[in-house]
Amino acid sequence: MENNRIIQVSNLHKSFGDKTVINGVDLELFAGENLVVLGKSGTGKSVIMKCIVRLMQPDAGTIHVFGTDVLKAGEKELNRIRTRIGYLFQEGALYDSMSVRENLKFPAKRNAHLRRLSNKELDEIIERNLESVGLIDAIDKWPSELSGGMKKRAGLARSLMLSPEMIIYDEPTTGLDPYTSDAINDLIIKIREEYKTAAVIITHDIKCARRTSDRMVILNDGKIIANGKFEELRAAPDEQVKLFFI
Amino acid sequence: MERKSPLDLNLEQFFFDIAGIATFTFRYIGSLFRNRFEGREFISQCYRTGYQSLLLIGITAIILGLVLTIQIRPILAGLGAEAWLPNMIFISVVTEMGPVIFALLFAGKVGSGIGAELSSMRVTEQIDAMEVSATNPFNYLVVTRVSATTIMLPILVFFGDMLAFFGSFIGLRAYSEISFKLFYSRAFSEFYFSDMFPATIKTIFFGFFIGIIASYMGYYSGRGTEGVGKAANAAVVASSLVIFLIDLVAVQLTDILTF
Repeated sequence: MENNRIIQVSNLHKSFGDKTVINGVDLELFAGENLVVLGKSGTGKSVIMKCIVRLMQPDAGTIHVFGTDVLKAGEKELNRIRTRIGYLFQEGALYDSMSVRENLKFPAKRNAHLRRLSNKELDEIIERNLESVGLIDAIDKWPSELSGGMKKRAGLARSLMLSPEMIIYDEPTTGLDPYTSDAINDLIIKIREEYKTAAVIITHDIKCARRTSDRMVILNDGKIIANGKFEELRAAPDEQVKLFFI
Repeated sequence: MERKSPLDLNLEQFFFDIAGIATFTFRYIGSLFRNRFEGREFISQCYRTGYQSLLLIGITAIILGLVLTIQIRPILAGLGAEAWLPNMIFISVVTEMGPVIFALLFAGKVGSGIGAELSSMRVTEQIDAMEVSATNPFNYLVVTRVSATTIMLPILVFFGDMLAFFGSFIGLRAYSEISFKLFYSRAFSEFYFSDMFPATIKTIFFGFFIGIIASYMGYYSGRGTEGVGKAANAAVVASSLVIFLIDLVAVQLTDILTF
């Protein structure tokens, strides 16, 4: 198990002004695993993920990703780690001045191992990824022409461009209708099987947690209060934990 | 590094921004020589900042030349010095009025656009998305925009100067039978091409700092839609102020170096 560890977060702390958002979080992710981080809105789930990819600097604690200390990594080392991580942002974060095709091409054209590919080869990868997320018909559309669910799927296809070993899903079902939410949940499972990726899924959607998790942790007041499989946690006697399943 | 709040009128914020803009400038210079240059995006930005500003600069320039001529002509005519009008207008437009007025227009149109665009990209996590995919958003977004404004503003100012000159001719032609050849020879009678150097160098600095300030305000804007508005606003206000400061320094330097 030790050798399969992708992420190891230890004693993470982060405050914004006087407000402590993360207060001593420990977290691990293992290869091939779908880990759900469940918590109410504003409890710092996204902050942890942003610290993991160093979009934010924590106040204290250590973060190892693929065995490297992310917080001490130089620019090149950090970029090497980032190419192994896919990140699906809450709203998709598509570049709105580019079509869907160009959105997918953008990271590929700027990363060493894909830069050498011809346009034809690159187009094949783009089409394959868009087919995986069921969005091939939207390949030449602009982000403004896509619905919320389509933007998330396009964002997911873009994050697959660098063949990541793990994907971070930031609130994948938030703001979507139940039907589209189910489709996204199915997609998360499909991507894991198809691309053999591990995933961290941060959500406050209990249905999403049940459908997609192999293991889940519950975040409350900046601390992890429970860790285990969905059914184990649902049966837990702890009143604080029970509240999340109501 | 995230700006606390653009346009906050307190001393701490002021020095925070000065330090931030200085760091941003050094980062731009480092990035320009160290990283792959994004040629296509640079050309696209030249088109957006330069070509798409032609109409605004062009109309303003013609009106500037026309109005200056119409207002100054009676005064000079009263002094019996009407013959000096083309030369006077041309020198004042090329050395001072053109660069400053066109730079202010450019700051309003292009600076606010860059500030709002980058800020909007920050709010919608597009810049974060570039960072986590190991691309370099600073290189792609900032270096290209600052390079484009630095190169395009001097070209726009030269274009504006020429149209102001033409506008001045139209203004004078309405009151006298002066030919274009005579107008041209009088305009250039006391004008040397070396007179253009300080003005051109000045506009390069104007363009550079409009790009740097607007990019900085957008890149480190506050979150939310309010941040977008503030970034656009701050980009224009700070750029306009810097244009006058650079102009003041340039005038003093030119004065010292000429004598």
